[in-house]
Amino acid sequence: MLELRNIDVYYGNIQALKNINLKVNRGEIVTLVGANGAGKSTTLKTISGMLKPKKGEIIFNGEKINNLNASDIVKLGISHVPEGRRIFANMTVMENLEMGAFIRKDSKNIEEDYEKIFSLFPRLKERRKQMAGTLSGGEQQMLAIGRALMSKPKLLLLDEPSMGLAPLIVKEIFSIIEDINALGTTVLLVEQNANMALNIANRAYIIKNGSIELEGDPKELLKDESVKKAYLG
Amino acid sequence: MEQVFQQLINGISLGGIYALMALGYTMVYGIINLINFAHGDIYMVGAYVGFALTTFFNIGFLPALLISMAVTSLLGIIIEKIAYKPLRKSPRITALITAISISLLLQYTMMYFVGPQTRTFPEVLESKSLRFLNGNVILDIKNVYILAITLILMVALQFIVKKTKMGKAMRASSFDLEAAELMGVNVNKVISFTFAMGSALAGAAGVLVGIYYNTINPLMGSLPGLKAFVAAVLGGIGAIPGAVLGGFSLGLIETIVSANGGSVFKDAVAFLILILVLLIKPNGLLGKTVKEKV
Repeated sequence: MLELRNIDVYYGNIQALKNINLKVNRGEIVTLVGANGAGKSTTLKTISGMLKPKKGEIIFNGEKINNLNASDIVKLGISHVPEGRRIFANMTVMENLEMGAFIRKDSKNIEEDYEKIFSLFPRLKERRKQMAGTLSGGEQQMLAIGRALMSKPKLLLLDEPSMGLAPLIVKEIFSIIEDINALGTTVLLVEQNANMALNIANRAYIIKNGSIELEGDPKELLKDESVKKAYLG
Repeated sequence: MEQVFQQLINGISLGGIYALMALGYTMVYGIINLINFAHGDIYMVGAYVGFALTTFFNIGFLPALLISMAVTSLLGIIIEKIAYKPLRKSPRITALITAISISLLLQYTMMYFVGPQTRTFPEVLESKSLRFLNGNVILDIKNVYILAITLILMVALQFIVKKTKMGKAMRASSFDLEAAELMGVNVNKVISFTFAMGSALAGAAGVLVGIYYNTINPLMGSLPGLKAFVAAVLGGIGAIPGAVLGGFSLGLIETIVSANGGSVFKDAVAFLILILVLLIKPNGLLGKTVKEKV
């Protein structure tokens, strides 16, 4: 479904990604784990078009997308939940979801989809008229995911959904990610919380200093001594 | 007492004009963090278009107002595309200097074509006035028009910003441009739209000031432009209700100062307010609190 081939990304003169090769198949949950600054978020930003690779190509459903604008990539079915959630705090919960559906013209189905989001995240329904900035961190994360789902993505990119959240909420969010995947959305999940991520993923990549270091079955990686030592604490 | 009412009427009319201009400053700043110093000159162009239409083409006041708004909104879009868009990733000071040069360019291009002299705006509205309180308070029909048009435009703007898809995209972009892009918002369109709306309001303000003061000249935009900027800062730059509040407050303060014998200082007062606001409440009266980035 998605393939990154020999991707190099630079911030000015500094190389952030070196020759990244990564694949996501339809229906999978793939996780990309690694330490702070390893290049996880950069990888997602490059896929969603916020950054442009200097070398290499990104293929999504047979189409080369690395020269497209972020706003056009969403239309192809890739939705990015950015790091730090980036919800529109100055707008209501409902308006945030409406923004999620910005690219859609099928207004009748949109109404039904709001209900679907509310059944995934009942708390958002209670707070639909509230300003998004007044939500708790966990609720904001739910809103960010719900907003991303409103564009009906084929592939959902999640950047550190566990960031800054209490363990119980993290569990809840991860179980919702599994539900979303079960409902047919492919997921590429970036996490520092390697333990949680490896537990729900079908396949995993470990990124270090901008390069893919390991690739494999998450169950195996969980047992791997070097991985344990470096990422599982 | 009569004096107070009279000043209230004048202050509200003037304030409405400032508010219309302040809205343009604040909307553009909200999206691309640029103080568009050419904004006052767009207002001047609006006044001249209104003047030309009513004087040479004998077009009625309302159609002239609408055509002026259309012309200035187009002008705003063109200025953004040519002057600001290429600088979007440059340091802010570069764009600011460009805005000042666009301002001068508009002023002196206009002067080249129409000459530096002051022109008299025709009396397009029948001059009728109502007198209250034993004839001591005069409510000119012009004041009624100015206030009515100002309010209608503000309500229309509020509707667009709150209810339409483009308006919501504007608000989202003003909060987080990148996140809006991730929603599929075409940022260039939103920016063009913002310039179009802001410039249309400035054009309307230009025509209104033409009928209010009856005179126009190519440099008429520079001081009101600065004052509308003060109004936007006073209300909280980036906040739409703030621009309205700031505009009306500034108009009222200015008339009060003039009425109490301080007309020499009325321009200084605006800038004194700017300094005080920046010292005491840098975010303005209704300003956004600083964004919290987690």
